[in-house]
Amino acid sequence: MTAPAVVQGGLATEAPARKRRSRGLQKFLRNRSAVVGAVLVLAFVLLAILAPLVTPQDPLQTSFTAIRKAPSAAHWLGTDDLGRDIYTRLAYGARASLMAGVISVAIALAVGVPFGLIAGYYGGLVDGAISRATEAMLAIPFLILAIALAAFLGPSLSNAMIAIGLSAMPIFIRLTRGQVLSVKTEDYVEGAHSIGLPHRWIIIRYILPNVLPPLIVQATLTIATAIIAEASLSFLGLGQQPPSPSWGSMLNTAKNFMSQAPWMSVFPGGAIFLVVLGFNLLGDGLRDALDPRES
Amino acid sequence: MTRIILRRLMVAVPTIILVSMLVFALQKLLPGDPVLAMAGEERDPAVLEYLRDKYRLNDPIPVQYVAWIGQVVQGDFGISLRTDAPVTELIAQKLPVTIQLAAMAMVFALLIGIPAGIIAAVRKGTTVDYAANVFALSGLSIPNFWLGIMLILLVSVEWRLLPASGYVSPSQDLWLSLKTMLMPSFVLGNALAATLMRHTRSAMLGVLRSDYIRTARAKGLLGPAVVLKHAFRNALVPIVTLVTLLFGELLAGAVLTEQVFTIPGFGKLIVDAVFNRDYAVVQGVVLCTAIGFIVMNLLADVLYILINPRLRYPS
Repeated sequence: MTAPAVVQGGLATEAPARKRRSRGLQKFLRNRSAVVGAVLVLAFVLLAILAPLVTPQDPLQTSFTAIRKAPSAAHWLGTDDLGRDIYTRLAYGARASLMAGVISVAIALAVGVPFGLIAGYYGGLVDGAISRATEAMLAIPFLILAIALAAFLGPSLSNAMIAIGLSAMPIFIRLTRGQVLSVKTEDYVEGAHSIGLPHRWIIIRYILPNVLPPLIVQATLTIATAIIAEASLSFLGLGQQPPSPSWGSMLNTAKNFMSQAPWMSVFPGGAIFLVVLGFNLLGDGLRDALDPRES
Repeated sequence: MTRIILRRLMVAVPTIILVSMLVFALQKLLPGDPVLAMAGEERDPAVLEYLRDKYRLNDPIPVQYVAWIGQVVQGDFGISLRTDAPVTELIAQKLPVTIQLAAMAMVFALLIGIPAGIIAAVRKGTTVDYAANVFALSGLSIPNFWLGIMLILLVSVEWRLLPASGYVSPSQDLWLSLKTMLMPSFVLGNALAATLMRHTRSAMLGVLRSDYIRTARAKGLLGPAVVLKHAFRNALVPIVTLVTLLFGELLAGAVLTEQVFTIPGFGKLIVDAVFNRDYAVVQGVVLCTAIGFIVMNLLADVLYILINPRLRYPS
């Protein structure tokens, strides 16, 4: 992109950008595994949204006549130790899992990207301070940091999301900073400087859009990690609290009835596996579609 | 080379200090009064005041930090509020268990991940490559605690082949110890095998395209010799560093694996401490993990320089 594109603002860059976008979409659609990933994710999103419509029961409704029943026509995936329908709880649990995945990554992005932009753009002391703090956070393994934070905040689904989001934040600071460093030296940024645009405007209008693609890929893959992390925290008792359903907390109860009621552990875990697989496939596909080097 | 290594070491020191501040701050953010938890039923203000004094909780926070870090430097992480045992002793007790688990998991990861990556790269685009990729992606997507539960169901409950849980020290009964650890270490190693496979594959693909591989083939060397002696050696550089960096993931994964298989290790220690509000233990464990991770990072850097001669001289 050359100087005129900068002077005319977005207009001149719009047409090639649209062409690039549709080429990316084509590449994405040709990638069979990415489409499988998208379908898997979409299926679970629909299940979560439509949970009240597609499930026969109340997720909290206990029944003493239907305790630990194997899968049947009445209970497709069986019932749990309190006679609650597992399929229903799975559908409502999808809400907790997907929400945890998306919201915690949104937190990580909302906090991490501005820090990364500032560190990369301004450099110097600010960069030094932010980078050292990022390194310190990255030195604590992701899940251990999340467990410690969740414990300190107190066990609940929203605290688990905050804990996971904060633990994932350093990844985004580092990624954004690195991207900014490479974009900063481009001609169009220099052009923006030369016509006297304010720093804030350059960061938001010229740098941010150009560092977005790798961030989108990383965010998609981090949703997968965050869903597993939420399930792990709930499994340990630090996430969603009973009786509200979450896949991790369902597994936490299920492990006490492993041999008597194996279906209690098979299905929630299978659901985690499928949705995480979906996000991983989607992220890999997006990487191939958005990476200009891969043609 | 020594100079580069020394410089890396100098960078690691402020990181460790920052981590220690972070870990210390975490505790201060904790809701609830540790003194009330310690005192139990006791609510006598004099007793509470005595406890606050004893654990220096009345001092300003920076003073508390300096006192704490002064002890930590001497290897003293304080006393567990729950069991009254020194935290250092608890960590020293549990660490070997987790090291055994992690080491066995790493063996699994290397034995599965590296050959699978090499074969996938050599047979790029074939069914074998496709199968290896599906395996890797599944490995990355399966929550390891669920895999653990499923394996216990199948191997221990259904087939009655291996013990479902517990821990036996190798000094007590080596064979039984290995048998008990087999399933947990496979569960823990599985995700690492997937990561290793993907990196081995892409590193091998990069190397297999290079000129010297074409030369090796052109002068008539046999396939396996080219792949293992010429290509794999050069692909090894990123893999070696990756293995050291995966250490953190192993420790984090161990938390859940130990929970599922009721193994009394490092991971179980932190979970129990979290639920017991045993701050000193949480602090000690998190700080130890972070220092271990930083040391492994340093080791990765050094190994990187050792096996890649191009990096030995600062540019």
